[in-house]
Amino acid sequence: MPRTRLDLPYHVDYLSILGPDGTLDTDLEPKIDEADLGRLYRAMLLARRFDERMLNLQRQGRIGTFAPIKGQEAAQLGSVYAITPADWMVPSFRETASMLWRGWPMELILLFYAGYLEGMRVPDGVRDLPITIPVASQLPHAVGLAYAARYKGDDAVVLTYFGDGATSEGDFHEAMNFAGVLGAPVIFLCQNNQWAISVPRKKQTQSRTLAQKALAYGFPGTQVDGNDILAVYAASREAVERARDGGGPAMIECVTYRLGVHTTADDPRRYRSEEEVKEWERKDPLTRFRDYLQKKDLLDAEQERRLEEEIAQEIADAVARFEARQDPDPLVMFDHVYAERPPELEAERQELAERLRGTGASPAEGEAPAPTPMRGQRRTSRWPN
Amino acid sequence: MAVITYREALNHALREEMERDERVFLIGEEIGVYGGAYKVTQGLLEKFGERRVVDTPICESGFTGVGIGAAMVGLRPVVEMMTFNFAILALDQIVNHAAKIHYMSGGQFPIPLVVRGPGGPAHQLAAQHSQSMESYFYHVPGLKVVRPTSPRDAKGLLKSAIRDDNPVIFIESETLYGIKGEVPDDPDFTIPLGQAEVKREGRDVTVIAYAGMYYRVLEAAEELEKSDGLSVEIVDPRTLRPMDKETILASVRKTHRAVVAESGAGFAGMGSEIASFITEGAFDDLDAPVERVTGANAPMPYARNLERLKTPSKERIIEALRKVCYLG
Ligand SMILES: Cc1ncc(C[n+]2csc(CCOP(=O)(O)OP(=O)(O)O)c2C)c(N)n1
Ligand SMILES: [Mg+2]
Repeated sequence: MPRTRLDLPYHVDYLSILGPDGTLDTDLEPKIDEADLGRLYRAMLLARRFDERMLNLQRQGRIGTFAPIKGQEAAQLGSVYAITPADWMVPSFRETASMLWRGWPMELILLFYAGYLEGMRVPDGVRDLPITIPVASQLPHAVGLAYAARYKGDDAVVLTYFGDGATSEGDFHEAMNFAGVLGAPVIFLCQNNQWAISVPRKKQTQSRTLAQKALAYGFPGTQVDGNDILAVYAASREAVERARDGGGPAMIECVTYRLGVHTTADDPRRYRSEEEVKEWERKDPLTRFRDYLQKKDLLDAEQERRLEEEIAQEIADAVARFEARQDPDPLVMFDHVYAERPPELEAERQELAERLRGTGASPAEGEAPAPTPMRGQRRTSRWPN
Repeated sequence: MAVITYREALNHALREEMERDERVFLIGEEIGVYGGAYKVTQGLLEKFGERRVVDTPICESGFTGVGIGAAMVGLRPVVEMMTFNFAILALDQIVNHAAKIHYMSGGQFPIPLVVRGPGGPAHQLAAQHSQSMESYFYHVPGLKVVRPTSPRDAKGLLKSAIRDDNPVIFIESETLYGIKGEVPDDPDFTIPLGQAEVKREGRDVTVIAYAGMYYRVLEAAEELEKSDGLSVEIVDPRTLRPMDKETILASVRKTHRAVVAESGAGFAGMGSEIASFITEGAFDDLDAPVERVTGANAPMPYARNLERLKTPSKERIIEALRKVCYLG
């Protein structure tokens, strides 16, 4: 018959394991050992408290604009926990929880948001890329990393993050298509936090889910409760295992919510209601995970109190290390523009060094070059002197 | 005449042109409900509705292309780039399509399109978000490029850009949105594209500068006037392409000395072009080689102390002025 329904290889599953009210689907509950459950809870609490502290520092003018993560901790930690240090993590600009998990020191993150590019220098041994602000631009890079891993015979997989808004950019579609065609081991992890600045999710795309976009590129897409760390982890582990075994890419859409501002330059009251925020506060990933651990007898009030204390101290120490920083030498402006410093740039650097001589602005003042001779005046000068 | 901000001047220009011509509509990220990332389109959604103020998904190449398509069939879209740094994502649409369709169709399809938004150095937005973007566009035949300096320029030039039948790249300055100035409220007030303005008259030396750099040059000029009695003329090209060479050459023929100040990187920058046509057109009138004061040939640093040194300081402008005037 001429008109038949085609059987597509994938459909979109929705996965929820630990509900907002604490109900647990024990059949789907992933096996995570107790020590790791403790580590994950600690990481979640640290991420929340660090985020709060950063907001504070920003309001006091001690760091610049940044994108808070409050509400998205489960989406980040559930997924990043599914990869190993030998795998790659490629963030967008709202993955502080994942970065802390991967080993970025807090003072480095603070340094970056205070305007020091040194802060985005990936720590030794960490297989991450630095954050990127142009929306969706990291996704083709992630596919490139995966391609390079296979090229080099490395079985690493790549976990990359992006938002609901990013799915409108060409780079998202091109990266997804490429990953599908190459069978590249990439996990596309979308944090659908319902908003792209003031644009709500439904104005970003008419697709019922974001996960279904993967189907068009020939690989599976799963939608999960992004505030349920168990569901995020279960879906991520499945995708990671599949990718590692040569099964190719997968997309996971974490349905979550940005509880705070888009960035510290934003005021969300202008475009969304308090009720909506309240409703999502009831689905807070942190309290949900805490209740789960308490029910399992893995956390009590006393342990919680000690953890809070430890974390407060850790953050305070990091802030102190951050505040002990020195202003960078202005002459580094010309370092790393190219792999080497071409002569014209060397000359420009010398010129700046000379201008700064004696101002104390640059520690590397060097030898005083001979003064440039004054140019001879043209004989036809009309300048009366 | 009212005293309003650069931001308000742009807003008024958009509003007046939308009232005047039903074909004008706005499209871009965050321009409706949010009123624009820099609040330039504030109130326009409320006034003109969703048909004429279109909030888009995040897809710069896509919505620029949509604008081009609409322009091909007679609408007059004004595309907002949240910042001009993101216009790079739409560069194929702008360079290969907006700038060339009229030419390649033998004049069949004019592209009356404006692409506007903030550009130029900002405060601590780092390498990818704080660039002087005009050089990416003024090299392309088929594009007009505008860089307004004052609130008056902003309004008069934006209105002309919208009425123009060519694609116009209209780059505002992030750091100037809050400055105030006198702006005519006559809805027929426009400033023609391609007309420079002598913004400060002087006898001894000409400085060519626009947008934020103009204000720094002005400070330098005032200081040198006091310290050395130097009389500095400042010419603001306002439109970078087509460039009003005659006004600049006439000024140089009068003063015999020229300095170009620009915030972008110097190599193949605006200053190179200006210095070259001054040399071609007024060589015999020059008493000194044309001096350029430009941004460093490095990406914009993120750190505040480096950022300050990346763009020309007042001191460097003074140095250049003294140099062409042979003031030791
Ligand atoms: C190419 C590009 N266009 C526009 C922007 C401005 N911008 C920054 S974040 C953002 C919204 C991103 O939304 P989403 O992908 O949902 O991520 P979220 O901020 O919600 O984490 C926009 C439009 C940008 N950084 N890059
Ligand atoms: Mg979002």
